Amino acid sequence: MELKELISQKLQTNFSEAEFEFSEYRNEFNIKFNKKFVNPICKFLKEDSELEFLLCEDITAVDWAKRTNRFTVVYHIFSIKHNFRLVLKSDVDEADCAIDSVSSVWKTSNWQERECYDMYGIKFNNHPDLRRIYMPEEFEYHPLRKDFPLMGIPGSLPLPKK
Amino acid sequence: MGLEAKLNSDGFLVTQLDAVVAWARKNSVYPMPMGISCCAIEMMASADPKYDIARFGSEVMRFTPRQCDLMIVAGTVTYKMSHVVRKIYEQMPDPKWVIAMGACTSTGGMYRSYSVVQGIDQFLPVDVYVAGCPPRPDNLLNALIQIQNKIGRTRARDFQNLKLPELNVIQNN
Amino acid sequence: MDRLTKDDVHPKILQKLLEDSDITIEDALENEMILNMGPQHPATHGVLRLLLRLDGETVIGCVPDVGYLHRGYEKMAENMSYYEYIPHTDRLDYISPLANNVAWVLAVEKLAGIEVPIRAQYIRMIIAELARVASHLVAIGSFAMDVGALTVFLWTLREREKIMDIWDILCGARFTNSYTRIGGVANDAQPEALALVKKFIEEIDSNLSECESLLNTNRIFIERLDGVGVISKEDALSYGYTGPNLRASGVEFDLRRATPYLQYDKVDFRIPVFTEGDCLARYFVRADEVRESAKIVKQVLQLMPQGEIKANLPKSVLPQKTEVYSKMEELIHDFMIVNFGINPPVGEVYHAIEGSKGELGFYIVSKGEGHPWKCKIRSPSFIHIQSLPHLVKGHMVSDVVAIIGSIDPIMGEADK
Repeated sequence: MELKELISQKLQTNFSEAEFEFSEYRNEFNIKFNKKFVNPICKFLKEDSELEFLLCEDITAVDWAKRTNRFTVVYHIFSIKHNFRLVLKSDVDEADCAIDSVSSVWKTSNWQERECYDMYGIKFNNHPDLRRIYMPEEFEYHPLRKDFPLMGIPGSLPLPKK
Repeated sequence: MGLEAKLNSDGFLVTQLDAVVAWARKNSVYPMPMGISCCAIEMMASADPKYDIARFGSEVMRFTPRQCDLMIVAGTVTYKMSHVVRKIYEQMPDPKWVIAMGACTSTGGMYRSYSVVQGIDQFLPVDVYVAGCPPRPDNLLNALIQIQNKIGRTRARDFQNLKLPELNVIQNN
Repeated sequence: MDRLTKDDVHPKILQKLLEDSDITIEDALENEMILNMGPQHPATHGVLRLLLRLDGETVIGCVPDVGYLHRGYEKMAENMSYYEYIPHTDRLDYISPLANNVAWVLAVEKLAGIEVPIRAQYIRMIIAELARVASHLVAIGSFAMDVGALTVFLWTLREREKIMDIWDILCGARFTNSYTRIGGVANDAQPEALALVKKFIEEIDSNLSECESLLNTNRIFIERLDGVGVISKEDALSYGYTGPNLRASGVEFDLRRATPYLQYDKVDFRIPVFTEGDCLARYFVRADEVRESAKIVKQVLQLMPQGEIKANLPKSVLPQKTEVYSKMEELIHDFMIVNFGINPPVGEVYHAIEGSKGELGFYIVSKGEGHPWKCKIRSPSFIHIQSLPHLVKGHMVSDVVAIIGSIDPIMGEADK
């Protein structure tokens, strides 16, 4: 059986309540689901002996600005056994700007989720160490949101005196 | 040349104290490489066998500010890093000079964004600006020669009785 | 020497010193200190700040602090067209600038569905492999310099100057040359550049062996690095390692083999793998990869056909400058592409290449406009620095320097 059908079948049998949407674009297999099931789905994909998605390449978010669900958190995971890359997505609303953390599944997601929090302001539940990573700790805004100007807000970052 | 000829003929030479002090200072400029990003690689390249910087007197690139007189700021300075650069500048003993290497330090370069300082002269007094992104090593050597000429024009009493800057020392316990 | 007065010495220590000759100090907190390996340090490979918690000389905890070079790349990408972003990608992993150029244009071409002619693909392979050689030479050189062998640094930089001469003739700039274009490369490879490439490839093996002869049987080098900074296979995969660091821990994973891009399935090369996972293994992997890259370039020089170097798509690919100044349609196309962008279709794409540090990937979201809606840069150095606390635990302070050098982070890439 082809790998994409195998994955979609396994996911649908094991997690029937997460509303799955499968799509394919330019040879990439995208799976979208409800954000409550992030942790169990990722754990299943990593530990299943046939699939073995051991490498979590990237965790990021997209800000759609004027839509009901403002953010989409995107996970890129890779299986070395099958040389196959999978894209997982789940929507996060601005009002309830939080999603479960997958740092218990892959240790690399610790800093990537911190970067996501720093840039977008999405909180990750059960994260061991959620604080800013690129901007200084006292910075109040989230730079990659679409309402933050490119040149920054004057006075938000202090400069030493001449 | 000049020095040996004079010493051989008369056995002594007469000069100004300022000239001797300036000559000694300008031919042994020890740079402190504040290498932050890509320009640091071209600064490293100006120290490699092809564009030797040691032949100009800058034999060692000391990484400790207490033993240097020239700070070459090479690389983009962000707001988070600017406090560190200022602290190290204040740790250097007088007399000291600053080269702003590259476009990023001169005016912010190609990074017109929220976290990059648009030119380090907003918090440091700069002597020579070097254009380029990154400037070729020959360009940096040209800047070093300009600094040497500038030092050659100074007088020894320019640097007397300068006010010591306030150094904020934070104890981490 | 000054005499220590009673107030200088801690009362508890003083009591112990005075009481018994057999000194045991039980309270561990008196021996711990926090050391700041600040952003300005000769051996941290850029502006990386490490806060180390030391018990005497042994490290018991480490917190890396990044962000001192955060320049706002991802926000700037949302405000400029795909072509304007090519010089910015140069400055990401600034030791191997051409590899980043190749990665970006490959991602944009995947999104827009542009086919690149074969000669341009082979030229891109040559420059990507030369960029990998340049990066590994600097990595080996600065790694050896951190451990104490200063001569090796100057010798590898001498080799790197030869590569920069090649780039000078081929691309027009020594360093940070934005040579690739969407749809091909900027200009054709001149015969004298290719002759220099051939000469360099023939000499790199013996020159690298000369550098290695100073290190490989050197007792100080081996004793300083053997068994230091060990990471197991499962931990390496869990921490998201890719590239030479992963191959030194026993996993045979190379993106050029796993998901071939350009024409990598037509050339034959070996993937060096070591199983120990310590600093010495990472050094050996890099040295072997230089030789494998030389092999790839040699094969590409024989396989390369004559032909076009830019795709024939006037609405998306910039025409040659000589034609822009003499023909009308090319002038109009140039104007439209530079001002309004190439307008790829709506969609999202992620493309990764095997960069010199690991997997360098670009995730681009497009809404059909001339500039991307979002661009995320997956940088390998950021991922590798995250594992530093795990690697340095239990080692001495001088081993921290060796471990950072063997991981080979570049802060321009890690901080974006």
